[in-house]
Amino acid sequence: MPDNPNSKAAALTTAQVTHVAKLARLEVAPERIEEYRTQLAAVLGHIAQLDAVDLTGVEPMAHPFESHNRLAADIPEEGLSIEAVLMNAPAVEGRFLAVPKVLAEGD
Amino acid sequence: MASPTNHTPTDMTALRDAVATGTTSAESICAGMLAVATERNPQLNAFHEVFAEHTLNAARRVDTDAKAGRPLPPLAGMPIAIKDNVATTLGRTTCSSRMLEKYRSPFDATAVERLAHAGAVVIGKTNMDEFAMGSSGEHCKWGPVRNPWDYSRVPGGSSAGSAAAVAGGMCAAAIGSDTGGSIRQPASFCGIVGLKPTYGRISRWGLVAFGSSLDQIGPMTRSVRDAALMLDVMSGIDERDSTTADRPPTELSKTVDRPIEGLRVGIPRQYMSDANDSEVNAAVNAAADAYRAMGATIVSVELPLTDVGISTYYVIAPAEASSNLARYDGIRYGHRAQLQPGEDLFTLYARSRSEGFGPEVQRRIMLGTYMLSSGYYEAYYKRALQMRRRIKQEFDQAFTACDVLLGPTAPTPAFGFGANSDPLAMYLCDVYTVNTNIAGICGVSIPAGFAERNGKHLPVGVQLQANAFEEDRLLRAARMLERALAPTTTAHVAHS
Repeated sequence: MPDNPNSKAAALTTAQVTHVAKLARLEVAPERIEEYRTQLAAVLGHIAQLDAVDLTGVEPMAHPFESHNRLAADIPEEGLSIEAVLMNAPAVEGRFLAVPKVLAEGD
Repeated sequence: MASPTNHTPTDMTALRDAVATGTTSAESICAGMLAVATERNPQLNAFHEVFAEHTLNAARRVDTDAKAGRPLPPLAGMPIAIKDNVATTLGRTTCSSRMLEKYRSPFDATAVERLAHAGAVVIGKTNMDEFAMGSSGEHCKWGPVRNPWDYSRVPGGSSAGSAAAVAGGMCAAAIGSDTGGSIRQPASFCGIVGLKPTYGRISRWGLVAFGSSLDQIGPMTRSVRDAALMLDVMSGIDERDSTTADRPPTELSKTVDRPIEGLRVGIPRQYMSDANDSEVNAAVNAAADAYRAMGATIVSVELPLTDVGISTYYVIAPAEASSNLARYDGIRYGHRAQLQPGEDLFTLYARSRSEGFGPEVQRRIMLGTYMLSSGYYEAYYKRALQMRRRIKQEFDQAFTACDVLLGPTAPTPAFGFGANSDPLAMYLCDVYTVNTNIAGICGVSIPAGFAERNGKHLPVGVQLQANAFEEDRLLRAARMLERALAPTTTAHVAHS
């Protein structure tokens, strides 16, 4: 667990940016990594101001209102038709979404 | 084609009444606005698509009903522009992104359904900063949107096209979405009214998700009463969005013209920064004077966490965005990259996303991914959520001393293209609007004055905020101010 986000921001490395791009499933050209590193480091440096406020004991608030689960009645409803679901698909074979082969030879 | 609505500040309520009383026809209103759109859109780039035939046919049906004496719904024949991140079965829903450039929604958003049910006509889909990420309207796959008051300046963002379409006389009203100021800031830059309702007021079903705990659809209009009318039509619980508040639709049209006796207006000391342009602070002071003249009490309040809002926002919003935008993988819908023989599934995902998303969207996805990644979650995301509670508590405290908060919508009037090309500089423009979303309360920007730059008059808005579900108080206070400032705010017209 890293301790101080401020030092992390300043220390953001190109290797970390490459790793984050991979986690985010983005294909970033090698010549653009440094540009992203500089921009992200600037934002993270600004965000480090959050450290200046004492937040000990403050309960995190993920949502504007303390909402509770609202369950819908368990009644079957018509969903989207297959035609509607497939109308935006990049590739279709009959009633199916077509995707490239996922497993390599021998997998 | 001539039309009484061309480039005039006639609001939708007046147009609606004119149709209802037979003074004018819905067809002539719609035809007039379509003519303006045809003339001005090549410069303004407010619309990505305009539905001329659909609009005229719908208007003619309204006129037939009116002639037959049938009762008209509240927005009968009113041409309304829809931001392109709100799903419509008509045309495409692109989010101004290559990722969704061909996307056609199989359903209408609840807000669109309710507008249609009230008789409104979808005149077109408006351009925006890609996936609603931006404060200028420059990050749009279909080219930058221009400000109707000065074509060399941005209209603000991300609801750029909606603001430009309303200010430019190309529709009766529009809807935008506001995650950190995306309705209010362009409203301020374009001289119109922009309302961010309380979180949960209007269903987000059919709004393309960006920051799910922050996003809210809202009206962008020529008057406060138009905003009230649209909120009345669009608000209320929706079974398809479990985050809608369990409250009946608002009925603000009935009360919006009623001034509030003994109104207490709070001005946060932290909002009146020397870093604001002088005309911005002057507009807030003029608004305060107008309130005083109406018998309201002005009180100074403290919001010391104003400055940490941007930091809090730029943790929560990118974190939620990185999660929400994970759905774009090139498989079921959206852009899919072409693979070379031997390339794997990972490459399909990553290349589809990098080809489909623009640089600002990729930046925010990386920012969110980094802050949610193993080892960093507590230091960033959890801290931001703790700060969120503090910001909410600070607003609650302020609202014990006043009914509404008054301040700037943005630190400056509309800026020039490229003036905020550094991402962090652009983020800082939202300092007065993000905390409204973080706390889930409501806010409205209304025109309050002008700043002169290079011989052009640029609108300056002021923002009012009220606590959660206090839209009645918010819009009545806004209407009081709108009426008092009318001689100033109608002094110029947006024709560039």
